[in-house]
Amino acid sequence: MLSYVARRFFGAVPTLFIIVTVAFFLIRVAPGGPFDLERPLEAKVMENLNRIYQLDKPLWHQYLLYLESLLRGDLGPSFYFRDFSVSELFARGLPISIQLGCAALLLALLVGGLLGVIAALRQNRGTDVAVMATATFGITVPNFVVAPLLTLLFAIWLGWLPAGGWGDGALANKILPILTLALPQIAIIARLTRGSMIEMLRANHIRTARANGLPGYVVVGVHALRGALLPVVSYLGPAAAALLTGSVVIETIFGIPGVGRYFVQGALNRDYTLVMGTVIMIALFIIVFNLIVDLLYAVLDPRVRYD
Amino acid sequence: MTATGDPILESRDLNVRFATPDGEVHAVRGVDLRVRAGETIAIVGESGSGKSQLMMATMGLLAQNGRTEGSVRFRGQELLGLSARALNRYRGQKLSMIFQEPMTSLDPLYTIGRQIAEPLVHHKGISRAEARPRVLELLKLVGIPEPERRLDSYPHELSGGQRQRAMIAMALANGPEILIADEPTTALDVTIQAQILELLADLQRRLGMAIVFITHDLGIVRDFAERVYVMQEGRVVETGPTAQILARPEHAYTQMLLAAEPEGRKPTVPAGEPLLLEGRDLKVVFRIGGGWLSRVRHEVRAVDGIDLVLREGQTLGVVGESGSGKSTLGRALLRLLPSEGAIRYKGRDLQGQDRAALRPLRRELQLVFQDPFGSLSPRMTVGQIVTEGLLVHEPELSAKERDRRAAQALEEVQLDPLMRNRFPHEFSGGQRQRIAIARAMILKPKLVVLDEPTSALDRSVQKQVLALLRELQAANGLTYIFISHDLAVVRAMADEVLVMKDGRVVERGITEAIYERPHEAYTRALIAAAFRHEARSGVS
Amino acid sequence: MALAQRPAEEPAGAEPQRGRSLWDDAWARLKANRAAVASAALLALMLFACVVGPWLSPHPFDAVYRSYVKVPASLAPYPRAEQIGPSLESALRRARVTLEDWREEGGRVFVTVTSGRAIDPRTTRYLDRANDFSDTRVEEASEDGKRMVFSAEVERLYFLFGTDANGRDLLTRTLIAGRISLTIGLLATLVALFIGVTYGAVSGYLGGRVDTMMMRVVDILYSLPFIFFVILLVVFFGRNFVLMFIAVGAIEWLDMARIVRGQTLSIKRQEYVQAAEALGVGSRGILRRHVVPNTLGPVVIYMTLMVPKVILLESFLSFLGLGVQEPMTSWGVLIAEGARNIQGATWMLTFPSLFLMATLFALNFIGDGLRDALDPKDR
Repeated sequence: MLSYVARRFFGAVPTLFIIVTVAFFLIRVAPGGPFDLERPLEAKVMENLNRIYQLDKPLWHQYLLYLESLLRGDLGPSFYFRDFSVSELFARGLPISIQLGCAALLLALLVGGLLGVIAALRQNRGTDVAVMATATFGITVPNFVVAPLLTLLFAIWLGWLPAGGWGDGALANKILPILTLALPQIAIIARLTRGSMIEMLRANHIRTARANGLPGYVVVGVHALRGALLPVVSYLGPAAAALLTGSVVIETIFGIPGVGRYFVQGALNRDYTLVMGTVIMIALFIIVFNLIVDLLYAVLDPRVRYD
Repeated sequence: MTATGDPILESRDLNVRFATPDGEVHAVRGVDLRVRAGETIAIVGESGSGKSQLMMATMGLLAQNGRTEGSVRFRGQELLGLSARALNRYRGQKLSMIFQEPMTSLDPLYTIGRQIAEPLVHHKGISRAEARPRVLELLKLVGIPEPERRLDSYPHELSGGQRQRAMIAMALANGPEILIADEPTTALDVTIQAQILELLADLQRRLGMAIVFITHDLGIVRDFAERVYVMQEGRVVETGPTAQILARPEHAYTQMLLAAEPEGRKPTVPAGEPLLLEGRDLKVVFRIGGGWLSRVRHEVRAVDGIDLVLREGQTLGVVGESGSGKSTLGRALLRLLPSEGAIRYKGRDLQGQDRAALRPLRRELQLVFQDPFGSLSPRMTVGQIVTEGLLVHEPELSAKERDRRAAQALEEVQLDPLMRNRFPHEFSGGQRQRIAIARAMILKPKLVVLDEPTSALDRSVQKQVLALLRELQAANGLTYIFISHDLAVVRAMADEVLVMKDGRVVERGITEAIYERPHEAYTRALIAAAFRHEARSGVS
Repeated sequence: MALAQRPAEEPAGAEPQRGRSLWDDAWARLKANRAAVASAALLALMLFACVVGPWLSPHPFDAVYRSYVKVPASLAPYPRAEQIGPSLESALRRARVTLEDWREEGGRVFVTVTSGRAIDPRTTRYLDRANDFSDTRVEEASEDGKRMVFSAEVERLYFLFGTDANGRDLLTRTLIAGRISLTIGLLATLVALFIGVTYGAVSGYLGGRVDTMMMRVVDILYSLPFIFFVILLVVFFGRNFVLMFIAVGAIEWLDMARIVRGQTLSIKRQEYVQAAEALGVGSRGILRRHVVPNTLGPVVIYMTLMVPKVILLESFLSFLGLGVQEPMTSWGVLIAEGARNIQGATWMLTFPSLFLMATLFALNFIGDGLRDALDPKDR
């Protein structure tokens, strides 16, 4: 098992390398630079800045320098947030994004899974239709619509919750962002669970369990659910990676200091190191969560073995 | 032994209907059935006769869209309409059931031991640890080798026959009064089939429960059941003691079923006929794994050094159990799979020819598949399917001429040519197999590889397709390679037989000689398993 | 099982029976799906409204009504009776005359103005210039010209959806935005379809090492954050409408390529393909007659589900401020503006959201209906 994990990480290195290379050159080809402000800087100042940040060197040299600093685990200084290094920015924002993402994921898994199972057991009846219509709603309505609508309802009309801001992590400030993050996931997980649950309930081994007179909770909870979870688990990998790395929309609307907004901000400001850092962070999350999914698979399904 | 006394299971005027989007399907139509304690009955019928649904309804296992009417009583207690909870006092305790698909009927995610223990745990209220000795006992009872080790095995680590034994162990866990066996041997190889049947008969003698045996195979009934119910289109058309039904069937359908065992023999082709196909030291090796990072490479020798010679007009039967490499051999001979060794067709070497060079030869070398549902392109009309070969080999034909040829070809396989604009899904299995045959025959081939051409068909349809193949062979002077696991069919069709096991030839020779005087133990086992019912009934 | 063994039973020259293809069956099933049919009707209505609506609307989509900034949605016309007074006052203040009195009669206002000096009759222009009034005339003038009565037509304007922060009609803008969003949805889907189907079919059919390499590329592209591409493309080429959908399409093809490849791989193993190979049919014939027609089902389903995804993606980019440029607009832009003005101008959020949601809903239901129709085993 350990050797498998090691092999997977080893195997991810070339992918990561290609991603870093492509991203590095793509963003450098884009016109403009990090110090192109509204009012152009003096040539001398510009030259100094470029020298300090080593932007005066040929591109391939910069690339090698960047790779070298990466190997040291250094993501470089941010060009836009002058006083911070990229790592410092992540160290501040990532815990917040992970906190929100984890809560949303957990909520989505519990509520979505439950709804999916209920819908599958009541297939094509009222409950099922209602759950699926709600799920379609959740998938259809984008978060940048949900977020303002929730704000309108809970913050402006009812006045129960604050309309935005982080408030140093007060619970009331987290509720709406978590809800907004979780809603589409609830919908997707409910649909997935329902689909695989229905398939499972028709499976031959479920018929066997019924023929043996096993009680309903055993048939559903022990035999059907475990198999039905497999597709949900493989969906959760990429979903978790996306949730934990923050959402630009939610951070913008609710004013949350997470890491989701760094990519867009970085790209717009030509903050090369910040963009690169974000790309690497997201790629790492994807790689790690795909691995976790595969390992979970092996736990859930004895037919899967990694030796 | 004939059981007497009151029936323990009795159904009266049982109806099963399914609501489908295309209308209601009336699967079981007013069936009366009785099972007495300790007796074995058989319900016989072809696919779609409602024989399985009858018992599914009894066990409360119908699909969600199924509805029942009438009555099913177990020792006086009405079972229909019981809640799942109430029904579970009978299911797995008094009544239990095993199914056709041993590969999928066990939960792949739990160990065998745990699954067999479940009926004990939930009905007897004992813990899983307490159930363990009983599970071990059950595994020994059904004859699973190394039962201690198998307790902790997962289903995928067991062979098909072992899984079916595990299924039986699970069904017997609480000592049921009735065991319902729904085609329990159909998905198994013949030698395994025989073992499972033996086991069931033995268990019945020792434990004394009643067995309801659902099957399409009259051969099994002959040996096994005391009474028979023959079902057709949801109705019981004939019932009575087995011996009486087999000896004097009254209903036309029963007579047809009985007569459906393939008959006839093919005369041997004289040795002077010209050579058509020759294979020398043929090998097909599949390499499994070996991706980017995995170093593990696994080699499977599907065909391992086979020689064969085929003369014009011959039918070579290739028999063997699943995984013996017989299908692979057929495909390799037609160069549809890469292989090593020499293949000569009419003295010309087929190996080393590229696709373009092979193309003109393709029309003389044709193939018919086992699964008539998978071998026809679902979005093409029958006419297009049948004439596709003409597009390649006679591209000069006009569309009108092709259409005429399609009609002609369909007529040749005794299908209505007016159906040529229909689509495959509108036809039954037997009709589809005829279409597949027409597709091969329209090119006027010399050699046709028939890969289990009748295995997916009901016996009665099987017989008609075999007759058609025989007619076509006689009319066109065809040479066949007939691949089948069904020894009875091969005996009727082939003049020479090749017995395969693990990619190698175990025995070969003239059909009659092989069937009368098999030399190898494996061949003897195959024949004994396939013909044991006939042989025994011949003695009795 | 009845076999059709009645060769030439029918009279000679009988027409061959028409078969029901899988497409016919799917079509019948789709027509029986009420949600899908209703969605299709809604979508058609939406398309019609977005294409034709802006031409019929009395307001150009970029016309600015300064006196009607952020007016709420209403069925009644603007200006309201109580707004005419202040509006006159502000217009006349600019003309440096004093409003003495006004009354409304038969759709015209009669305004009495005074001034310390003689009033220039051209002062009427100040009223015309305000967008509430037109056709201003001098009705009466005192001898010294220090007192005049103007009459002006009151422009009755309808803002059914209200106006935005710049005083532009939201209905027209919502419809115009719909045009953009739907066009991008369709065009980007076509781009994705073209790239994805070609790439996937080639990869799947060639198989082996080529397949491994091609899918490796897709995997790598997958692990890049997708907006990365769009943002870079937007950065490269400016915010150009055409490039928008190329950029979006260029991302969305990945899924399509995977689906088509998977389908191709499974079809390649089907016995009917082996049967065609045994007949000597070449690669092209197999692709054309066997592979492509059988991948179409999933492709059509996925395509319908991709249109809403693309619309969503475009809206998302617009929301971030990376979409189409002012005065052009799309639903995403309008929703972003609505979200910013949520305190006090809720209609700016609700109407575009409603349109976007209705469209996405309709497309999703059609997609689900198509899936049920084309792949009926799941019912």
